[in-house]
Amino acid sequence: MHEHDVLVVGAGGAGLRAAIAAHEEGADVAIVTKLHPVRSHTGAAEGGINAALRDGDSWEDHAYDTMKGSDYLGDAPAIETLCQDSPEETIQLERWGMPFSREEDGRVSQRPFGGLSFPRTTYAGAETGHHLLHTLYQQVVKRGIAVYDEWYVSRLAVTEDPDPEKRECHGVVAFDVQTGEVAGFRARNGVVLATGGPGQVYDHTTNAVSCTGDGPAMAYRAGVPMEDMEFIQFHPTTLPSTGVLISEGVRGEGGILYNDKGERFMFEHGYASNSGELASRDVVARAELTEVNEGRGVNDEYVHLDMRHLGEERIIDRLENILHLAGDFEGVDGLVEPMPVKPGQHYAMGGIETDENGETLVSGLYAVGECACVSVHGSNRLGGNALPELIVFGARAGRHAAGTDLGEAIIETGRTEDTEIGEVDTPVAPGAIHTDTDDEAVTDGGDPRGEGASVIPEPVEIVERAVEAENRRIEHLMEKDEGVQQAELREKLQKTMTRNVNVFRTEAGLKQALRDIREVREQYQDVYVADPSRTFNTDLQQTIEMRNLIDTAEAITLGALARDEFRGAHWRQEYQERRDEKWLKHTLLSWNDGTPELWYKPVILEGEEKTYEPKIRSY
Amino acid sequence: MSTQVPQEQEEAEVDAGESRPRSPHQERRLQEKASKREEGQRESEERAREGEETVEIKVFRYDPEVEAKQEPRFDTFHVPFEKGMTVLDAVMYARDHYDSSLTFRHSCRQAICGSDAFFINGRQRLGCQTQIAELDTPVRIEPLPHQEVVKDLVVDMDSFYEQMEAVEPYFQTNELPEGDLEEQRQSRENREKIKMGTRCIWCASCMSSCNIAAGDDQYLGPAPISMAYRFAMDEREGEDMKEHRLRIIEQEHGVWRCQTQFSCTNVCPKDIPITEHIQGLKREAVKKNLKFW
Ligand SMILES: Cc1cc2nc3c(=O)[nH]c(=O)nc-3n(C[C@H](O)[C@H](O)[C@H](O)COP(=O)(O)OP(=O)(O)OC[C@H]3O[C@@H](n4cnc5c(N)ncnc54)[C@H](O)[C@@H]3O)c2cc1C
Ligand code: SF4
Ligand code: FES
Repeated sequence: MHEHDVLVVGAGGAGLRAAIAAHEEGADVAIVTKLHPVRSHTGAAEGGINAALRDGDSWEDHAYDTMKGSDYLGDAPAIETLCQDSPEETIQLERWGMPFSREEDGRVSQRPFGGLSFPRTTYAGAETGHHLLHTLYQQVVKRGIAVYDEWYVSRLAVTEDPDPEKRECHGVVAFDVQTGEVAGFRARNGVVLATGGPGQVYDHTTNAVSCTGDGPAMAYRAGVPMEDMEFIQFHPTTLPSTGVLISEGVRGEGGILYNDKGERFMFEHGYASNSGELASRDVVARAELTEVNEGRGVNDEYVHLDMRHLGEERIIDRLENILHLAGDFEGVDGLVEPMPVKPGQHYAMGGIETDENGETLVSGLYAVGECACVSVHGSNRLGGNALPELIVFGARAGRHAAGTDLGEAIIETGRTEDTEIGEVDTPVAPGAIHTDTDDEAVTDGGDPRGEGASVIPEPVEIVERAVEAENRRIEHLMEKDEGVQQAELREKLQKTMTRNVNVFRTEAGLKQALRDIREVREQYQDVYVADPSRTFNTDLQQTIEMRNLIDTAEAITLGALARDEFRGAHWRQEYQERRDEKWLKHTLLSWNDGTPELWYKPVILEGEEKTYEPKIRSY
Repeated sequence: MSTQVPQEQEEAEVDAGESRPRSPHQERRLQEKASKREEGQRESEERAREGEETVEIKVFRYDPEVEAKQEPRFDTFHVPFEKGMTVLDAVMYARDHYDSSLTFRHSCRQAICGSDAFFINGRQRLGCQTQIAELDTPVRIEPLPHQEVVKDLVVDMDSFYEQMEAVEPYFQTNELPEGDLEEQRQSRENREKIKMGTRCIWCASCMSSCNIAAGDDQYLGPAPISMAYRFAMDEREGEDMKEHRLRIIEQEHGVWRCQTQFSCTNVCPKDIPITEHIQGLKREAVKKNLKFW
């Protein structure tokens, strides 16, 4: 068994920042990650990182824009923390050598981005994420922080109390992808989950293949709620054939969207008469699909994004990477022709419920980055607001896990007096499938409570038991010789999510998705791993990931069905209005012994000095 | 016609390693699984070939643990072709539809994570960045040469990472501007100068293509030296640091080993002028040495 003070699971921007922060507080830190750190998906971020750095800008303005962009579903204490801390954290990156783009006077450049009232998106060409990721990893190397790379974390080691709020997290179980060895990792102080987004729930996504929602699903099964899962951001400009992202920076620099008739539809069809292409992402994504649905799309599938008029020099200076992406992945030369684009799954606003210190309701368990929901993005994330989230909350969670007192959090996790129990009419029973033949821990994987114990075991024992349970699950998957394979199930799940839980959502579609997910869940009972080898068994890894995709997909769909209103990225055909009287609240889903429980908690609109009043969102 | 065209011997450097002991029962199970897999593969390929345009790929296979794969071989797959299809798409298709044990690293699908560098038709390339339509068929996909093969297309990257880390690839400066929100100024020219060096995605293509690195496992190698260039030329690091960096790359297995063959520069998927960077550092080293003479 490995032992450290703080264990960070995941080595994207959030995980690396958390590890550095914990290390700076003197903790013995280790990072456990299924990919080598520089392979993490943060590297794909293109556009930039929002920080109020200049005269004329302020963190208050940033906070206001973020609250408006969130369609009033963000929690003010989290948003204000994000905007207050982002400038210093961004400059910290610069001081660690991050090669930001520069102005004539040598200061870092900033540019306009959708939904922002000031050009505060700080960037490094169109490859901001690559530089951020590498800069942070360099600092990890410099500090000699232990990294277990290509170790897949498949289970949390949590105590067995029936009340999730009394559970404690003591570590994780992981297997070495290269050798297949299963090992326990004990964390003396805390475990920080930083496992990234769940984009693989969809088949057209900007997310990497590794983005499988492992963190939220593992935490969920250990009793931590998932929050606001229905809010999935669809990015308006992805390449049609692959889902590769064309950064919002293109529109920020002046790129124009045209339909098949050559109309600049954002203005001409009145989708955003003031901001046009720079309206926030949900608005632009719906506009594009409406154009396509009304017969004005190119090849009935996409629209055109044109940057030719910006001129070669400016394009090369600020968007060079976009030329490569359009060329390599779509065969289009952005200097001489417009680029085809359509909306694609991009970001999960929801995730593991946490407070501003990154802590979940299970003590010793933290979550940060895209896998978490500290609730800064509400129902729609502004471009350039995810990267600051990684570094701001990454640093906070790292410090807190290392034992530093950050003061009491204002955001409460778990159920409180304000909790409201939710009910929704579902076509099938969601949640676990109980079969009487199989050991449930095996195919279902992850429920923290094994055989009930009368005395509370020592932390080490908790980890050991989790290792045993995980060994049983893996043995089972490997021993089984026939059944269904994960690739088939994955395809089925992705198809139904893309068809039914996309930009436009209907009640019938959502119900269909729940039925399909249920079917996939049932079939999953019969899943098996065909590759018999323990060496680098990606078949095994993907099979375990598949289980996480099922739980994540179900949470997204259940939340979407429950929320009968139109807010931010969540559009419902039957409800074309934002319904503040009913829905100024977060959706939470808890895995109670395999039966998902839906509940709600109010949004916190009260900031440090002012209360944010919901207004009509127009751009 | 059988779709498996294996047994093509290959001289890739494979370290067979030790396979762990197994019971006869386990062995039998493994055999059963293997034969089932082959059967499924044949069936689905038949289906794929009916009326569809397919592309033939030959993929290197090796697994130290599975008897049938201990002897390196090539497997052939016929994958339905679609416009825009990349080599990565093709191997993913083969894995998802024919043989789930086909193993390779990949993640971003957009040439930024650096994990799917393979030896494709005799050249180091990223699978995701390489269009099938631009290649001669059958497309031959092998692990990176000169690296130890772990399984199928997966190579051991540890020594590459060690070399990368040996050049102290992290920014080091003693002077920080006053005030929490003051950045260190950097001229546009200087950023331009180091820009290409910052683009490295650690794919190891250059390392694999380099003859010198192949023969001398202590040679720092192209990517690490290019990384050193990126820091040594960054005006925000002080002069003493620059000297320290030059000392690192000047060591016995450092820049002077480079024979300017340009193979690294030719294969780099990020178009980094690696050889130019190495030459640049040689010049800097000479300048420094003249100063101390
Ligand atoms: C194409 C693209 C462009 C974007 N551009 C921008 C932008 O310009 N500005 C902006 O603000 N945001 C942008 N975003 C959003 C932002 O980049 C992401 O939200 C953010 O990078 C996620 O970082 P992370 O650290 O949470 O996760 P990731 O970077 O995805 O890292 C996840 C880590 O967890 C590890 N992991 C996952 N599961 C396990 C497991 N089971 N066991 C062990 N390890 C595990 C992985 O190995 C990885 O290291 C973009 C996103 C995409 C997809
Ligand atoms: S220098 Fe180029 S080829 Fe070498 S590792 Fe970096 S990106 Fe790959
Ligand atoms: S899959 Fe990331 S570089 Fe090819």
